[in-house]
Parts: sequence; C-alpha cells; structure tokens
Amino acid sequence: MLSTFLAVLRRDLLLAWRGRADVLVTLAFFVIVVCLFPFGVGAEPNQLRAIAPGVLWVAALLACLLSLHRLFAQDYSDGTLEQLLLSSEPAALWVTAKVLAFWLSTGLPVVAVAPGLALLLDLEQGALPVLVLSLALGTPILGLLGAVGAALTLGLRGGGMLLALLVLPLFVPVLIFGAGAVEAEMSGTGAAAHLLLLGGGLAGALALAPWACAAALRISTD
Amino acid sequence: MNAPERSRSLFRFAAPHNFYPLAGRLAPWFAAAALVLTLAGLWLGLFVAPTDATQGEVYRVIFIHVPAAWMSMFVYLMMAFWSGVGLVMNTRLSFIMSQALAPTGAMFCFVALWTGALWGKPTWGAYWVWDARLTSQLLLLFLYFGFIALTRAIEDPRRADRAGAIIALVGAVNVPIIYFSVQWWNTLHQGASVSVTKAPSMATTMLVGMLVMAIAAWMYTIAVVLWRARSMILERERHTEWVGAVLEREMQAKGGRA
Amino acid sequence: MQWESWSAFWNMGGAAYFVWGSYGLTFALMALELVLVLRRRKDTVTRLLRWRRAVGKDSARGSAKEGGTPVPAMESET
Repeated sequence: MLSTFLAVLRRDLLLAWRGRADVLVTLAFFVIVVCLFPFGVGAEPNQLRAIAPGVLWVAALLACLLSLHRLFAQDYSDGTLEQLLLSSEPAALWVTAKVLAFWLSTGLPVVAVAPGLALLLDLEQGALPVLVLSLALGTPILGLLGAVGAALTLGLRGGGMLLALLVLPLFVPVLIFGAGAVEAEMSGTGAAAHLLLLGGGLAGALALAPWACAAALRISTD
Repeated sequence: MNAPERSRSLFRFAAPHNFYPLAGRLAPWFAAAALVLTLAGLWLGLFVAPTDATQGEVYRVIFIHVPAAWMSMFVYLMMAFWSGVGLVMNTRLSFIMSQALAPTGAMFCFVALWTGALWGKPTWGAYWVWDARLTSQLLLLFLYFGFIALTRAIEDPRRADRAGAIIALVGAVNVPIIYFSVQWWNTLHQGASVSVTKAPSMATTMLVGMLVMAIAAWMYTIAVVLWRARSMILERERHTEWVGAVLEREMQAKGGRA
Repeated sequence: MQWESWSAFWNMGGAAYFVWGSYGLTFALMALELVLVLRRRKDTVTRLLRWRRAVGKDSARGSAKEGGTPVPAMESET
C-alpha cells in the first residue's frame, strides 16, 4: 500500500517538475495579486499592515484555486485516471498521494514566498512565523477540498468557473482561521487557538476528503 | 422500472411511475393548504399581532424573514438527505427530489437575505452587517448556486445526479463548520456593538403568526417541489411506456392538439 | 385589530418601504416560481409529444435505456 502511495507521489512530483513553468505561473500570479493591493487601497503603511494577513491569504487561496484544475485534468485526458480507478488499490490512498504531490508542487512554493511578500506589505516580523505556519496548515486543506471540486467538474465546459463556485464557499472557514491566526498574533492575543483549529481542520479534511474525492472521480469517469 | 425496484413493495412510491400520479394528486392539496395558511398567517401577523415595543411596526418583516430562513436551511438538509438516500439505495427518484428542492431552497435563502437587509436598515442603520447569521446565510446561498450550477452543467443525467449528491453532502458537512467559523470571526471583528443574536421577547400572537407562516412555507415548498419533480420525471422517463400513456392522455385533454 | 384605518395599515408606522418591500418581493418571487414550475410542465409535455412524433412511437418505446436518444430541444430552466 505504501509503495502505491509513494509511486503515485513520485510520478506526480516528477510530472510537476517537468511542467515547472505552470508552478512558476502560479507563483507569479500570487505575487502580482498581492502587489496590486497597494495600488488599489493606497500605500499607507498602517493600512497595508492591517490588511496584510487577509490580502496574503486571499491571494494564496486564489492561486491555489486557479491551479486546482491541473490536479486531475491530464490524467483524465490520457486515461491514467481510469487505469488507477480500475486498479485494486484503494482510491482514497492514491488520491491522497496526488493531493500531497499537488500541495508540494504548488502550495509549498506559495508558503515559501509568502514571508517575502509580507515584508512588502510591512507585516511585522514577529508575525511571520505564524503566517507561514497558518499557510502551511491551511493550504493542504484547500487542496483537499478543492480536489473534490476538481474531481466533480472534470471535463466539463466552463469547469473553471464552476469549480470556483463550488469550492470557494467551502474555503471560507480556512480563510477565517488562517488570516485570523496572523491577526491574532499581531494583536497580541496569541494564535494558538486558530492554529489548533486549522490543524483539526486538516486532520478532518485528510480523513474525509479523499473518500469524497475518490467517489467523485468514479462518478465523473463512469 | 427494473426488477429489484418493483419487487420491494415498501419502496413502491420510489418508482417514478407510481410516484408521478401520487404527486399529481397531492400537490394541489398542499398548495391549497399553503394558500389558506398564508392568509391566516398574514392576518395574524399584520392585523392581530401587536406593535413591538422597541422596534415599532418594522418587526412585522419577521413573519416572512424567519420562516424563509428556516426553510432555506431545512431544504438544504432535505437535499442532502435525498442525496444520501440516492447514493446508498441508488433510487433515481431521490436524486430528482434533491434537484427539485434546490431552486426553492435558493429562493427562500434569497428571500431571507433580502428581508434581513430591509429589516436591518431601520434597526441597525445598515442594509448589511457582517453578522454571523447573515454571512452564513449568504454562504448557504452560494452553496445552493454551486449545487444548481453543477447539476445543470453536466449533461449526462446519471453523472449529474451523483455529482450533485456528492456536493450536497460535502456542503451539508461543511455548513456547521462554516457557521461556527463565521461566528468565531464575527465575535473577533465586531465586538458587542451589534447584537443581532438577542431574540426579542415575543408576544404569543407574534409567535403563533410566525409558526403559521412557517408551516405555510413548508406546504408551499412541498407543492412546488412535487410539481417540479413531475416534470423532471416525465423528462427522464420519456422512453417508457407509461410516460407514453400519460402523454397520450395529455394530448386528448388538449383536444388532440399538441 | 391593530389599525385605525387602511392608510395607517399601508403606512406601517412609517416603515412601509421596509415592510412592503419585504412582503412584496417574497410573494412576487413565490408567484414567479409557481408560474415557472407550472409552465415548465406544459413545456415538457409539448416538447415530449413533439419528440415522440419525431422519433416515432415505437422507437421511443423501444430504446428504454436512460438517455438513449437525445431530446431535440434543450432543458427548460427552473
């Protein structure tokens, strides 16, 4: 079982490495969205500092959303997905591997770039570890929830917009606790509660989302 | 009408050809009940119920706001319930029911938001506040939109049914989480300046009027959903003989013209 | 009875805009939904009759599989 997991993980990471331009585009998108905000709301440092957690989180969320369609699209079009579904391995297992590979190739770079962007918005340096931690806990949840949506909209016309409509309401709790963690740290109340809730959410999503995603993939490829 | 479905007599009405005439017979009664109860509720709410001591007459919005908000949540639960039944028992009628429920639920959700906004303006001074309940209601509306958009976007009815069922169930699992998170967020950001959660002490007539309106909304929903489900059944079962017979009868009723 | 006159009733203690705006939209939407649902049924019957005539009664009955032959017109909204 573990070997299947590792094999799918390795394969997806390799594919992501070969198509690394896609990952760079996602990162560039993340950076540009964040950089747009000062133009929109003005470059007043206090204001930027106040909205920084929310801006960074919303931008990370959108970057994740826009790359979600890549999760299954290629495997769907070249038939790999059907082969995987026909195999005797439990689907939830390799779905988890695929989501993990997706997060390592898309989420992790976003998490890594975020502190640099936070400095652009004049976020105080003490809050940076919390920002990174909240993104590191939150973006996998986005990937897991988004995987269900991506599986359901597989191969549909206008699937991208539909995917956004399906998963964005589900992303709201993650956004609240993620951005809330950074704000709580900045206001001095401590981010522990937020981060614990994010961790709990990750555990819950990890337990449930792969099953829902596997079921959705079966339905979509039927 | 495959064999296993017919054999289980308990699930007789799960078969579309049995459900179709039953729904046709029942729906007008529910509609009539809805009409009578709405008139009674309006009478109670607009003429009998006393003026609220603190809010004046504006509070009378409650007689549609609260029933609509309740309905929008109940309908989502029913949608998830039928979706679950459909996925487990593999009955086509369950999926039809969940899809027939969605537009009505979305309508009530919008009504709850609209009336909430109109009620909020005179009471809190703003059409919209990011209160936990309002915000959750808004997200519920988005969940409805997602469900409707997904089931409409998929052309193959089998896939549409099951994909819709999955997203309805995922949404239902997330609704409590969304509500909890929004409430958490709300207490941090708003403080106690806007306390919408405090229920006003209500006179008995107010409460009765509200309950009557809520039951009326139930009856209305059942009638509309049964009617909508009938059309969907005809559409889906068009290849069967019994739909052919139904269509023949419809044609004769119209005097041979289609 | 709470009201002294009809005009007082319609005025709603100065909150006419909010109260009637709520009631008005609600009942308008419900009426609209009813009309759409009932019209959808009529449309479905008309379209299926046309469809049966187009494909021939026997082949309509013959291919009893779900989604066997496509229906010519699109799904109606509602």
